[in-house]
Amino acid sequence: MNKTPFIHITKRMDVGRPRAYLFRAISILLAFVVIGIVTTILTGENPFAVYTSLFNGALGSVRKVWVLFQNLSILLCVGLALAPAFRMRFWNLGGDGQVLVGCIAASCVMLFLGKTVPHGLLIVLTLVASITAGALWGLIPAFFKAKWNTNETLFTLMMNYVAAQLASFFITSWSKDGSAKIGIINPQTHAGWLPEIGNKYLLIILIVTTLTVLMYVYMKYTKQGYEISVVGESERTAKYIGIKVNKVILRTMILSGALCGLTGFLLVSAKDHTLTTTMVDGRGFTAVIVAWLAKFNPFTMILTAFLIVFLNLGSNQITTTLGLNSSFGDIITGIILFFIIGSEFFINYKISFPRFAKGDE
Amino acid sequence: MFNIVTIIQRAVVQGIPLLFGSTGEIITEKSGNLNLGTAGTMYVGAICGVIGGFFYESSAGDNMNGFLAVLIPLLCCLAGSLIMGLIYSFLTITLRANQNVTGLALTTFGIGIGNFFGGSLIKIVGADVPTIVLSRTSKYFSASLPFAEDWGWFGKIFLSYSWLAYLAIIIAVVSGYILKKTRTGLHLRAVGESPATADAAGINVTKYKYLATCAGSMIAGLGGLYYIMDYATGVWSADAFGDRGWLAIALVIFTLWRPTTSIWASILFGGLYILHIFIPTGSNIAVKELYKGMPYVITIIVLIITSLRNKRENQPPASLGLPYFREDR
Repeated sequence: MNKTPFIHITKRMDVGRPRAYLFRAISILLAFVVIGIVTTILTGENPFAVYTSLFNGALGSVRKVWVLFQNLSILLCVGLALAPAFRMRFWNLGGDGQVLVGCIAASCVMLFLGKTVPHGLLIVLTLVASITAGALWGLIPAFFKAKWNTNETLFTLMMNYVAAQLASFFITSWSKDGSAKIGIINPQTHAGWLPEIGNKYLLIILIVTTLTVLMYVYMKYTKQGYEISVVGESERTAKYIGIKVNKVILRTMILSGALCGLTGFLLVSAKDHTLTTTMVDGRGFTAVIVAWLAKFNPFTMILTAFLIVFLNLGSNQITTTLGLNSSFGDIITGIILFFIIGSEFFINYKISFPRFAKGDE
Repeated sequence: MFNIVTIIQRAVVQGIPLLFGSTGEIITEKSGNLNLGTAGTMYVGAICGVIGGFFYESSAGDNMNGFLAVLIPLLCCLAGSLIMGLIYSFLTITLRANQNVTGLALTTFGIGIGNFFGGSLIKIVGADVPTIVLSRTSKYFSASLPFAEDWGWFGKIFLSYSWLAYLAIIIAVVSGYILKKTRTGLHLRAVGESPATADAAGINVTKYKYLATCAGSMIAGLGGLYYIMDYATGVWSADAFGDRGWLAIALVIFTLWRPTTSIWASILFGGLYILHIFIPTGSNIAVKELYKGMPYVITIIVLIITSLRNKRENQPPASLGLPYFREDR
């Protein structure tokens, strides 16, 4: 007997852009419904009030919009850093650590050269130091990957925690009273602080916007960007057409780490002006998701980063008004991510139920 | 004073959550699923145990039944971690999503669940207690053999732990046996090494992946339960579990995917985790922070050495992290 399978799954050849976006939009919509239900169950709030406070929390005032875009920029910057590595199929899960060493380097320069070096030069030195530190931190796993094919997913992951302990080592060493806190660096002189343009948010936003455009051009229109894609698609093909795979891996990871280091510079020099172990706040991991959901397209990444930052800030509003724990945002983020991750399946595959559709054949 | 017996004892206590986590992750990874959600799963295991214990303690009042006081949190913990395993399995196996991304999302979600309920459970149920303190439930969990005290150093090193600790070791030994000696283990390893070959040999790849991932998640969840009920004496504090979940993933590499090796390796890592307490650093307390990074540095070194020596039996499962579509071949 020939048994017809209940579900038949076939790969879609090309789903077409509008349809793909439709699927994603549906999944986000569904996720919001689930979020509404979950929030209502947990807080007893009526679901529409939940959506309103979510929206108010993220975009409720001019200042909130600025904060949103600043946070978005920083998350996006890490995402931009990771994208070329992922395109190369190099799983750089070490964004957190690479950003953090950038922060350490930046604070180090600001603390120890702040009094002796003129302001303009100090900023340049801080920038160079954090970029170098990040690049180095990214280069270590890349070197071993290129040389001995060491598993980079696990290697970069472990490097995060080494960086975290390094940070707390330096924080404890540099704090004056051994309180494991550094406080604001150069609070009077503002040495090494990036100048403000208009307000304290705009400069970061402008820098990251520029980087987004540059990264798009780099990945899409340059020879190096092309090499990255080829290595990512098939290492054998890359070797066959004469691309030096190891060189591409090392170069791309230096770039990836350097951009993470730059994010560290922005965090210390422009946003927080201090060094803590938690200042990166898991952005290295969130950025993995941001970059992956956007299929490594820098402009799409703006949307995915927006979604995540929006939810985070919005849910903060819900939890503060109701006096609940702020980790609620993580739950909401988790739910929406599951839905978007799941929706990819329906974009890539077609599902049919042969038993019900026999008449067609 | 520098007391070797105390150090070993405390290393074991620190190591048990890691042993649960790494055993669970090894089983999961043997099926080719790199579940980076383990850190989140352990949080969920812990908080579900706490929720179960909390409701039982407040409903039972003064006449608590020791058997139920253990059983209810245990079942809640297993159910919670099972759900985490199912979410991961459904997304990566059925919907063929990327494992790293799903795992990271799961970790965000799990840690969020843990910290949220840990911080807000009282508020949600409207109980009139200031913080969650499950000391009575914890007493049942941390009960050790009564005669351990009388046996001196031997009792302290080998007998002074609660039943969950011994369960961890039993699970590790049994898992090691199953993976290495039984047909089920052989099939599971085949699925992790080469799902296409396994499929061709008639092994149900999807079933094995689902079972291994869910079983692994449940075992990892127990690590969270042990931590909260025994080590933390039933007191939840936000982020207290820390990065132990990632340490468990590090252990998987360190042990080269062998649960039995993980028994001593977990204790070693547990020891490294608290090494900084015992090392006299004088006035330079900053150095302690560097010691805390030791487990990770050692893991990296092991990772490098295994890739350098390139011995076949020491490698990660060949299809680790890769999804399997029968139609794609």
